[in-house]
Amino acid sequence: MKDKKWIVLGLVVFFGLLLFPLAWNMLVKAAPAPEVVLTKKAKAAKQCVMPKEYMTSEHMQLLDLWRHSVVRNAKREYVNPEGKKFDMSLSNTCLDCHSNKEQFCDRCHNYASVRPYCWDCHIDNPKGEE
Amino acid sequence: MKSSRRRFMKLAGAAALGLGAQPVIKAVAPASEESPQPVIRKGSNALPAEQWAMVIDTRRFHSAKDLEPLIEACHKIHNVPHLTNKNHEIKWIWETHYHNAFPGNPNPYQSEEVEHRPFMVLCNHCENPPCVRACPTKATFKRESDGIVLMDFHRCIGCRFCMAACPYGSRSFNFRDPRPFIEETNPKFPTRMKGVVEKCNFCAERLAVGQKPACVEASNGAIVFGDLKDPHSEVRELLRENFTIRRKQNLGTEPSVYYIV
Amino acid sequence: MLELAFKGKKTYWTWIFGLLAAIGAGFALYIWQINQGLMITGMSRDVSWGFYIANFTYLVGVAAGGVMVVLPYYLHNYKAYGKITVMGEFMAIASIVMCVLFILVDLGQPTRALNVMLYPTPNSVLFYDAIVLNGYLFLNLIVGWNALEAERNGVHYQKWLKPFIYISIPWAISIHTVTAYLYCGLPGRGFWMTAILAPRFLSSAFAAGPALLILLCLFVRNTTNFDPGKEQIQSLAKTVAYAICINVFFLLCEVFVAFYSNIPEHMDHIKYLFFGLHGHASLVIWMWSSMALMVLGIILTVNPSTRKNEATLAVACVMIIAGTWIDKGLGMISGGFVPNPLHEINEYAPTLPEIGITIGVYAIGALVLTMLYKIVIGVKEEAHA
Repeated sequence: MKDKKWIVLGLVVFFGLLLFPLAWNMLVKAAPAPEVVLTKKAKAAKQCVMPKEYMTSEHMQLLDLWRHSVVRNAKREYVNPEGKKFDMSLSNTCLDCHSNKEQFCDRCHNYASVRPYCWDCHIDNPKGEE
Repeated sequence: MKSSRRRFMKLAGAAALGLGAQPVIKAVAPASEESPQPVIRKGSNALPAEQWAMVIDTRRFHSAKDLEPLIEACHKIHNVPHLTNKNHEIKWIWETHYHNAFPGNPNPYQSEEVEHRPFMVLCNHCENPPCVRACPTKATFKRESDGIVLMDFHRCIGCRFCMAACPYGSRSFNFRDPRPFIEETNPKFPTRMKGVVEKCNFCAERLAVGQKPACVEASNGAIVFGDLKDPHSEVRELLRENFTIRRKQNLGTEPSVYYIV
Repeated sequence: MLELAFKGKKTYWTWIFGLLAAIGAGFALYIWQINQGLMITGMSRDVSWGFYIANFTYLVGVAAGGVMVVLPYYLHNYKAYGKITVMGEFMAIASIVMCVLFILVDLGQPTRALNVMLYPTPNSVLFYDAIVLNGYLFLNLIVGWNALEAERNGVHYQKWLKPFIYISIPWAISIHTVTAYLYCGLPGRGFWMTAILAPRFLSSAFAAGPALLILLCLFVRNTTNFDPGKEQIQSLAKTVAYAICINVFFLLCEVFVAFYSNIPEHMDHIKYLFFGLHGHASLVIWMWSSMALMVLGIILTVNPSTRKNEATLAVACVMIIAGTWIDKGLGMISGGFVPNPLHEINEYAPTLPEIGITIGVYAIGALVLTMLYKIVIGVKEEAHA
């Protein structure tokens, strides 16, 4: 067991690195979550496709369902529980109201350090608005 | 976690297909209340068919110029980039010679008029598509509802097996980011990203809202589009009344694009 | 056992760092490829597979070639090969690692590679290729590693290893069969559409793999205290001789069928490769060199006096490796894509960055092989000391 000290040192370094984020969060206050900005049109609409809480937490699942349905099953119409019809389209429906991608999408995505590749293909501001 | 979410999506999709999403979502998430659930369906204007097919009356086209507006219409609405390097070219429909469209068919002595006609070629939306057979991720698939061979650009890994499998050279690969080469972007339709394969989609997005494909619309009636399996469709009528040929029909792929010569 | 790979003389470390430098350069080029897309390669809309897939195909063969020592030893109880089976298995491991990397660098969207597993598609040959290649990698790792460890400890390998050994033999055949099926099941590609494509791939594999193994054995004998053995090398040489003859025979069968039947779709590709088509002839000189190399290889390996002379045998092995590489690497892929399905001719040549990335992948393979062989030699030297 002449390598004992090395083993212990290795374990310390390993667990130190592993637990570092937890310690860091206890010591340092996390930056506050950004507020998303709604456009006039979005505000006027009152409610999104689904209730706000659902959209905040589940919009990625919803979008995944939409894309699967549109691309693979030829079903493009979404009727929400209130009976309102929507064309399932990121560029043409979501971004019609939320034409402020930088302030609406990017803020949170940057904060959460997620980089969805939607915009590699989908046009981010179809109407060319400010 | 990811896979359970996917399974949930599949279930939700399946439920939406026949039963309405309610029972399954309830089964998966028993806590949800007795509220109405969203429904996913086809738009009421969507054009229905069992197998879309196209009949091109080549007698109506005399020079490459006659096909230009059709190609332009397609490439414009679908944000097809114009790449000058021939190696990286992307084309959904294009014009070619009789002996290129139908290699093996030309006779040494034949109608000069036919030989000099422009032939429009595109994805054949085969009934037995070899590209679909080859794809390792089902990124290219034959849509069951109407027989269109489609691409899921989100899923394509860019292995290009489908390009090797296609006997018609109908597929293009994005060797580079296509965006700088799109002259005028149609904001309603996505572009593609580098590293994925693309091809003609028979204007699936137009059929969904009750419109015929762009090239058909631009052809002044020289191209007819309809349901191959409906004996009363315009397509079937044309096939009954005219002698038609298909590209490499001997390979058993059953192309859905017919040419009146 | 891994520690054996980290003990070496100066030349060993120079070689290792040389390889690391080549890997680094290849990796930098690959980052560039990720940024720019596959436009930095010579591939095109018409020739949509190039150097990467060609080298992948070739190396699947080298990997499968490892079975030419495993089979006689384990199935026929040919004791002499006991000394070198692990060398065959480790050569297979290094080759498969390169195969997987070549597929990866060829992908347009490499980050989505696992979609092949997420959306399993049993109608796609590529799906099976992913399974058999990874399976073969693990089989060789398990069998090679455990057998070597047992040898080091001076005991017989564990009983549970037996089934893995037996499975690995047909599995070797399967990797190259499935790889051939990638090509030969495609309608409209006349050059590949031949039922003997898989047998042809296997025959060139059983020539190239053992030929490389002979060279490796000679190198090991000259640089270490471990001698893989004269008899072993001569037995391998006979395998190479048979396999290269069969490979050329299969090629001639293809030529006969294409030209006697006189079907243009099948003839045109061979014409393009060996004579040029409509003035396009960039591969002609390569293809004839390949033929010359393989024929010379046959003469030198079939003739007993040149086969028994290890110097001429080494030359023959180099020729056979080069000849089969050109035939399978350069010719097989390009030849299938030219002319294209519309009968247009668009030729292919790899670009410098493409070659650089390829060298990087080969360097990774060489690194894996070096370290694994270092372990083997360490164990063998211990045993004989």
